[in-house]
Amino acid sequence: MTVASLTSLSVYLVPLVALLMSFDAVAGEVERGTLPLLLTYPAARVELLAGKGLAHLAVLSLAVTAGYGSAAAAALWTDAGAVAGLPALWRLTWTSILLGATFLGTGYALSSLSRRPSGAAGLAVGLWLGLIVLWDLGLLAAVVADGEGVFATAVFPKLLLANPADAFRLFNLASSEATAAAAGVGGAAATIPPWQSATSLFLWPVAALAIAAAAFRRVMP
Amino acid sequence: MTPTLTISHLTKRFDGVAALTDVSLAVAPGERVALLGHNGAGKSTMMKIILGLIPATGGSVTVCGAAPGSAQARAQVAYLPENAAFHPALTGEEQIAHYLRLRGMGAGLAAELLDRVGLGHAARRRIGTYSKGMRQRVGLAQALIGKPRLMVLDEPTSGLDPVSRRDFYALLDGMAAEGTAILLSSHALTEVEARTDRILILSKGRLMAGGSMADLRRDAGLPVQMHLTAVNGYAPDIASALPGAIRTGADLRLTCSQDEKLDLLARISALHPKLADVEIVPPSLEDIYAPLQPEGRPMIRRVLATASVEFRIALRNRWVAIAIALDDGVFRWSCRRRGPRRRGNWGRTGCR
Repeated sequence: MTVASLTSLSVYLVPLVALLMSFDAVAGEVERGTLPLLLTYPAARVELLAGKGLAHLAVLSLAVTAGYGSAAAAALWTDAGAVAGLPALWRLTWTSILLGATFLGTGYALSSLSRRPSGAAGLAVGLWLGLIVLWDLGLLAAVVADGEGVFATAVFPKLLLANPADAFRLFNLASSEATAAAAGVGGAAATIPPWQSATSLFLWPVAALAIAAAAFRRVMP
Repeated sequence: MTPTLTISHLTKRFDGVAALTDVSLAVAPGERVALLGHNGAGKSTMMKIILGLIPATGGSVTVCGAAPGSAQARAQVAYLPENAAFHPALTGEEQIAHYLRLRGMGAGLAAELLDRVGLGHAARRRIGTYSKGMRQRVGLAQALIGKPRLMVLDEPTSGLDPVSRRDFYALLDGMAAEGTAILLSSHALTEVEARTDRILILSKGRLMAGGSMADLRRDAGLPVQMHLTAVNGYAPDIASALPGAIRTGADLRLTCSQDEKLDLLARISALHPKLADVEIVPPSLEDIYAPLQPEGRPMIRRVLATASVEFRIALRNRWVAIAIALDDGVFRWSCRRRGPRRRGNWGRTGCR
């Protein structure tokens, strides 16, 4: 139960925190005027991004571990039987870090595209709203409208997997078999095998970093 | 000797507007070359092309035998940007250590580098507390890392006091003596006149003149001025012996072309007993430089440019990032607000 509620909370907070950390990465350097000098150094652009990503991911991992750790400690304090939930919590931890990495990469891409911190912040909030809130609402509305048609059976699961936040939710809920606790999209977890959502979770960070590198390469200081 | 930097027929256009047109030059190892020109003449654009930060539209550039911006070129070129900026939260030592690591060198050299630019006492203070001159020194310290073969310095002495400028040029002399080629831009004509081997003058993206100070004087063909001081009462005699002299009391002023200089001097020395003093004033770099520059813009455009810059600064000084978090139906929000931001480069926006 704890893991299921933490999953619903993390799916909002982890991407938000990751975007808040990353939106300033390139645009902030451009605004401060520090980017031209940095780019004359021998480090390649993708190396610079990877370095920033590594540092941000370390901070994010620390926050996630501390957060879940304290939740686990509280659960164990009140109920010794909560030990049974530890594997699920561990799964939640590493998937949260993968989810965070995805949104860090996306944040760098937005930061490179907008080149101004204010613009990047706006894009980041917009992306968060679109992927985390509106995506599910849109899918649910489409499913309700379509009933048992082609969309609900074939397209809907693929669209869920295409969104890293939904893949994260599906994987954690399906694995911990806590679907009953999750309303809405979580109910779909039963029909999608965990290996598919796990693949999506692993592919997204790589794809996000590649998109970020492509966007950063186009930045002319 | 192979030049460290070779530029031939370089052209750069921004959206069809020419920033550089057919510029060719070469800088040899150990040579100190100054690039002069009005704001918007193309100095910074040229430097950014040399560094590989922006691509050229036409022509070719070779830096240390490699393409500009290639890994091989970046390993051997140091850059000091105009208005060097650093992260305000880092200390001088941390920032230099970061740059040392990016060049694959030990971070322990940071303190020594900061000492060389006279910043040892402030090495452990945050850069946010530094003055402009101190930030400029941090910029210089990072440019000294790892004995670069080419140093590209964009207005390196702006913000430095006269003593620091002298120290700065002494450092450059040391680097040049070890074979580093130096290309620097400046508005301070008098200092580059004395401290560089060659001067290049850019105007509206074209190379108008180039060479040593003596070459520039000869090519410009500007008149030489002579100031004569007569012994009491002899001023009218001298004025009649030297037609064309303008007399004010006991002082006389004469101008002549470079070719007539020696003849005129012979005639002046023949008047020796009646003369108290002679001074020869060659054309200064300012005299050579001024006619090559475009005319000033009309006042209205200057006012509008200032207004637009001020507007941008006002808009940028404060910004707000709002983060909204929805969890389990509870609407939460947080608002992050930052104070006045660092001054940026916007002051130059209106210049193009």
